[in-house]
Amino acid sequence: MTIAANLAARLEGVVGSSRVLASEAELLGYAIEDCLPAAAVRPSCSEEVCEVVRFAAAEKLGVVCCGSRSKLQMGMQAQRYDVALDLCALAQIAHYDEADLTLSVDAGMRLEALSKVLAAKRQFVPLAVPCLATSTVGGSVVSGIDSMLRLQYGTARDFLVGAEFVDGTGRTCKSGGRVVKNVTGYDIHKLLIGSLGTLAAITRLNFRTFPLPETSAGALTGFSSAEAALAFRRELLGSGLPFSCVELFDGQFSSLLDGELGRLKDLGFAPLKAGGWSLYTAFAGEEAVVRRMKSEVENRSARAAAKSFEMLEEQRNEWLGDALRESFDWLRHAARGVVIVRISQKQFATQGPKLFLSNPSSSGWRSALLMSGSGTVMLALLPEEENESGREEMLCSVREILAQGNTGENTAKLLHAPAWVKAHCNVWGDLRGDFLLMQRVKAAFDPARVFSPGRFVGGI
Amino acid sequence: MDPALIHELKALLGPANVLSTREDLMLYEFDGSVEKGRPDVVVFPHTTEDVARIVKLANRFAVPIVGRGAGTGLSGGALARGGGVMLVFARMNRILELDLENCRAVVQPGVVNLEITRAVEHAGLYFAPDPSSQKSCTIGGNVAENSGGPHTLASGLTTNHVTALELVLPDAEIVRVGNRHGDSTGYDLCGLLVGSEGTLALVTEITVKLTRKAELVKTLLAVFDAVGDASRTVAEITARGITPAACEMLDGWTLAVIENYLRAGFPRDSAAVLLLEVEGLREAAESQAAAIDEICRANHAREVRTARDAQDRDLLWKGRKNALGAMGRLAPSNYVLDGVIPRSKLPEALERIHEIGTSAGFRIGNIFHAGDGNLHPIILFDPRDKEQFARAIATAEQIIRMCVSLGGSLTGEHGVGMEKNELMTLLFSDADFDLMRRIHDAFNPDSSLNPGKIFPVSKGCGEIRVGRHSKTAETRA
Repeated sequence: MTIAANLAARLEGVVGSSRVLASEAELLGYAIEDCLPAAAVRPSCSEEVCEVVRFAAAEKLGVVCCGSRSKLQMGMQAQRYDVALDLCALAQIAHYDEADLTLSVDAGMRLEALSKVLAAKRQFVPLAVPCLATSTVGGSVVSGIDSMLRLQYGTARDFLVGAEFVDGTGRTCKSGGRVVKNVTGYDIHKLLIGSLGTLAAITRLNFRTFPLPETSAGALTGFSSAEAALAFRRELLGSGLPFSCVELFDGQFSSLLDGELGRLKDLGFAPLKAGGWSLYTAFAGEEAVVRRMKSEVENRSARAAAKSFEMLEEQRNEWLGDALRESFDWLRHAARGVVIVRISQKQFATQGPKLFLSNPSSSGWRSALLMSGSGTVMLALLPEEENESGREEMLCSVREILAQGNTGENTAKLLHAPAWVKAHCNVWGDLRGDFLLMQRVKAAFDPARVFSPGRFVGGI
Repeated sequence: MDPALIHELKALLGPANVLSTREDLMLYEFDGSVEKGRPDVVVFPHTTEDVARIVKLANRFAVPIVGRGAGTGLSGGALARGGGVMLVFARMNRILELDLENCRAVVQPGVVNLEITRAVEHAGLYFAPDPSSQKSCTIGGNVAENSGGPHTLASGLTTNHVTALELVLPDAEIVRVGNRHGDSTGYDLCGLLVGSEGTLALVTEITVKLTRKAELVKTLLAVFDAVGDASRTVAEITARGITPAACEMLDGWTLAVIENYLRAGFPRDSAAVLLLEVEGLREAAESQAAAIDEICRANHAREVRTARDAQDRDLLWKGRKNALGAMGRLAPSNYVLDGVIPRSKLPEALERIHEIGTSAGFRIGNIFHAGDGNLHPIILFDPRDKEQFARAIATAEQIIRMCVSLGGSLTGEHGVGMEKNELMTLLFSDADFDLMRRIHDAFNPDSSLNPGKIFPVSKGCGEIRVGRHSKTAETRA
């Protein structure tokens, strides 16, 4: 019996054979880059999660928690990847007090399924993340991936009110509660957000829910130059107007976006008019608020001498909003060897792409840039063709972007990249003075380094 | 306390920055709670380096350290439960930087909460967390306790408005966590530190978010003849998906006391009032105010009036924020509780508080953040009467237990401190405490910072080891 088969057999002893996957075909879906686990386990309850983690800790195994696996390739390769702990079977709503606007939901529940339940009560959780149709609640939180509604609702940090999870010793722990205001004990659940599964296996998350807005709309304003577009963005963000998102993108991004939206042509989608630099704004609320926002954006666009302006009514706004939300996903599949860097900078940064790249175009690759109103920038490099000299040039550019993006209080990290790029770059950006504290926090949660060893900042 | 430590502290900071006489120390043995704990020496650092040097000295003499702001806390968080060095941040009170365009301010911990707003209001900005003590409490204390206030309903607690911290760790190392954008890479240490009640590190610099003032603010006062009608109104406002900027409830008895003292314009003959505020775009604020008006009237409000102007609004808020001062006229002491319940349970919770108070022989006032289910029952008592004091403590515990039984929590904004650490076992298991203790030890392995807080110190599950620095915890005053 091989080591892998032996491990699978022993895991079957822990959780039962129906909960363990061990064939290569099944395990392919759990690959991180080209590395497969020896087994995948799908526990049916948090007690089984505890059993698996205790077993892994005793056997010094590496466990990678996952949900729908849409963001499994984020971060570095695990130093040990023995078991994929698939939490998709934990998919119930444990508690929903619609009158209190609070929710307790299993980590493996899909966001789309959750949204349907909440929408029936005219509520939602503002996790507008890429891969929305398949993402689980837990994966969306633990990946730290940006929500398109961050400008208005903040990150999960602002509406996650509690969590239950299994720590590295295999015990179920909790933090926070199910009320909207609570300062009892340490806010441990905040540490789990964006931790890439390196601290614990999250089994349940408690959220504050929000009322669905009565109506929504959006607008697309086109500019001939980056400077004019950035100045307009600056004006809108400084206006105090309640935008749900303000997304600025360059011409290359715009043409890729048009291509992505082209699949909707049969449904009546007309190509975007903008081209050049475009600013997408969205707003939601009562009818009167949306009316006012429309007129504000239209008037301000006219005053800014925009090259083009389009008010996006319901369906068209929804299509464009969805496509922008999903941009991480379609960009990474837009070509072989795509690299996506996420940069966090001042909200009012006036620099365009030159901040990150001295030469934003190359014969070997194209760059596409999306700048969110919250100050985060997604910069994608799309290789024209993969060859040795192209790779070298690409690597130099990625390193330059990471170096530029990690200056001062700015941070830059690789959201997506092929293995050969990750192997030669610092995926999470530079280590800072608080890294020692992070190592200690990791040790407190996971003393045996069971969870995703080596995948996170500084190889934690 | 070793006199050599006091001598060295004076040499380090100058005699004007060190207090060690009994009379001086007595001023620092209280905060706004009913707890008590006297430090052995009080020091006033001026810089982060001062703080690091004080920590080194305290370590050498193996005495615990407690950070303190203005001492307005309500859970004993800034009391020296095990004696030792009290580090008062009152003289680290400078606003270091204002980045108005990016809505950020960098401040020292001793800056008074309201001073941040005063420094930026000319630019149409303000600092959103607004505890009732905002005229005197410091931002460092707000960070330690993760303070709230009436307007946290829409804008969140202190943690939602802090993006970076500079820390002095118990080994005197200076570390920065978070960044200006609130988007640093790695674990959210800033999120962990805010609300850790000074048990993990001493905070010496804070980067806060500034919020843009709304286009329109409307303040409404709804008057009810039955408490149940007022609490049902709150539940309905919440269930209808309306999120006011603030939604405060004051019961009729408390109102009369406030009105007699402050003349804020509250009715003297009502059962309860709701003080509600909506803000945002003109269109949004007006439609929300109209919807709230309708809900109030449907729930039998006898009057709903809107503040006529800023002066009228300020007067109503003055009444709310100075309510505790007004209550102070009725009894030698008052015990302000802090519990949280799901908002849908508000009518039931208020009835239960009334029952508990009646059976304990106390008239309990209620002034609280109804919109987020954060109750603040106020028990008036005489601490000189030991039986009455013990009864007040037991009544408080009963009310907090009731909050937990309704699915709520121990504290919404005052913190656990040494007021509720023994009640933590109502919510947390051995495994929870074990993880919390490991996190505590990752920062503060010897319990030299603020020992005897948050964790239960009595026998039972979750007992935390008391480190080499701390004396045996004092019992309640």
